[in-house]
Amino acid sequence: MTIQSIQEEIVEEFSIFDDWMDKYEHIIESGKELESMSDELKLESNLVKGCQSQVWLHAEMEGTKLVFQADSDAIITKGLVSLMVRTLSGHTPKEILDAELSFVDEIGLKEHLSPTRSNGLVSMIKKIKLYALGFQTKIGS
Amino acid sequence: MTNFQQNINKIRADFPILSRKVYGKPLIYLDNAASSQKPSQVIDTISHYYENEHSNIHRGVHHLSAEATKRYEEARKTVQRFIGAEHSHEIIFTKGTTDAINLVANSFGNKFLNEGDEVIVSTLEHHSNIVPWQMICEARGAMLKVIPINEAGELLIDEFKLLLSDKTKIVAVNHVSNALGTINPIKEIITEAKRRDIPVLIDGAQAVPHMKVDVQELDCDFYAFSSHKMFGPTGVGILYGKEKLLNDIPPYQGGGDMIDKVTFEKTTYNDLPHKFEAGTPNIAGGIGLKAAIDYMNEIGVENIAAAERELLDYATQEITQIESVRLIGTAKEEASVLSFLVKDIHPYDIGTILDRLGVAVRTGHHCTEPLMDRFKIPGTVRASFAFYNTKSEIDVFISALKKAISMLS
Repeated sequence: MTIQSIQEEIVEEFSIFDDWMDKYEHIIESGKELESMSDELKLESNLVKGCQSQVWLHAEMEGTKLVFQADSDAIITKGLVSLMVRTLSGHTPKEILDAELSFVDEIGLKEHLSPTRSNGLVSMIKKIKLYALGFQTKIGS
Repeated sequence: MTNFQQNINKIRADFPILSRKVYGKPLIYLDNAASSQKPSQVIDTISHYYENEHSNIHRGVHHLSAEATKRYEEARKTVQRFIGAEHSHEIIFTKGTTDAINLVANSFGNKFLNEGDEVIVSTLEHHSNIVPWQMICEARGAMLKVIPINEAGELLIDEFKLLLSDKTKIVAVNHVSNALGTINPIKEIITEAKRRDIPVLIDGAQAVPHMKVDVQELDCDFYAFSSHKMFGPTGVGILYGKEKLLNDIPPYQGGGDMIDKVTFEKTTYNDLPHKFEAGTPNIAGGIGLKAAIDYMNEIGVENIAAAERELLDYATQEITQIESVRLIGTAKEEASVLSFLVKDIHPYDIGTILDRLGVAVRTGHHCTEPLMDRFKIPGTVRASFAFYNTKSEIDVFISALKKAISMLS
């Protein structure tokens, strides 16, 4: 599936909820379903800076695809992070770099993408793109 | 029913922001320890100043400047009376409490701190009463000593006494803890320090909005607080200092207004309070602060303290009925702050759900990381009250909290 089609799938999933509370419950469920990261990967270098809750992000190449693992000690953040991982993990660095993340806005949670919220989502996206750029540069050279 | 409770709707109507909605729900503002809201009396005073009275102060030859100077200096006198200072020139206007503490740490530290000397702070301090001291200690080769606390979040006074020595050059503690609400026995701390002639700075940012403070009665050497936490505008702080000590320590920043005579060879400095007020000050802020103090006086500081005590007692009683809630900080003497955790739910998650239900609280470490480390927690959820809050708002907060807990469990 392309990044765009995964985003459409997420938007579709959320479209059945009218109420913000149901949306949050779905996010919390997604957080609970995301496999916890092993403690060995919860390194200082994998920590996303700039948030109240701790967010870890680990990236490695599998063949031509970049695979992400992530975790957070706050469940709402972990839920949002899990949607991000679901969207972006398993794609090539170029696809990740070119991706425009519209789903957070479309499911009506754009306040979480505001840089004024200290939930780390914006910093996390920046870190994902930086990883992608790093691997892309490596592949290119 | 007290007069105060009868008037609560009228009092609330003084604060325009309290009638706004967030996410379509009535705003319940329980983040007063971070910053309080402003009554129309303050907002209108600031507008009126800019519309009718604004000019630069202290040096002007014209009518408007004289008028603005008079208003600004009246504000200083109002602060002086409010905290019981002996002289109005002992009131230094700063940018805020942080700025006031930095001023003392720098000026006092550069003059009196030497290699091997010690500065005493406490575990309960806000970063703004830790980091400035850490920085000056590092620069001067001095050491920071820390008063420990018990599980309830109270200072261990016996341990404090043991820390005092000939090496101690200053003690800097807060009056009320911003993270837990503990009211510290500062009178006792000051008396102990005085026995050894050690000056004491009190960070009163969380005290002045809630209780009567008299700096002469306390006999502290410095007392710092912020306008924006006491219903006044942001960007104004107050440093009270005893005249003698303020004369003894050097200026903090150089510039206009703080000088007596300037030549390229040598500059002599202005008298108090101007010696510490370089550059054009926050004139509108000072005048707005005066309006805030007038407003507090009109309501009565004792009435404010009593109303908030009632709110805190009620909130404590209600929240402790929720079994999974763990209060952080259970000191016997507390002011207006309820800090808590629920099971192993992250404070950020609770804050996010409360926010969607219209309830504004603070989550995180509250700029007191060493204190959070002491309790081995990442942070807390903090609800903090002002006299304009009501019991029915607390009811909404409690039911929102129950909703959040059920969603997050």
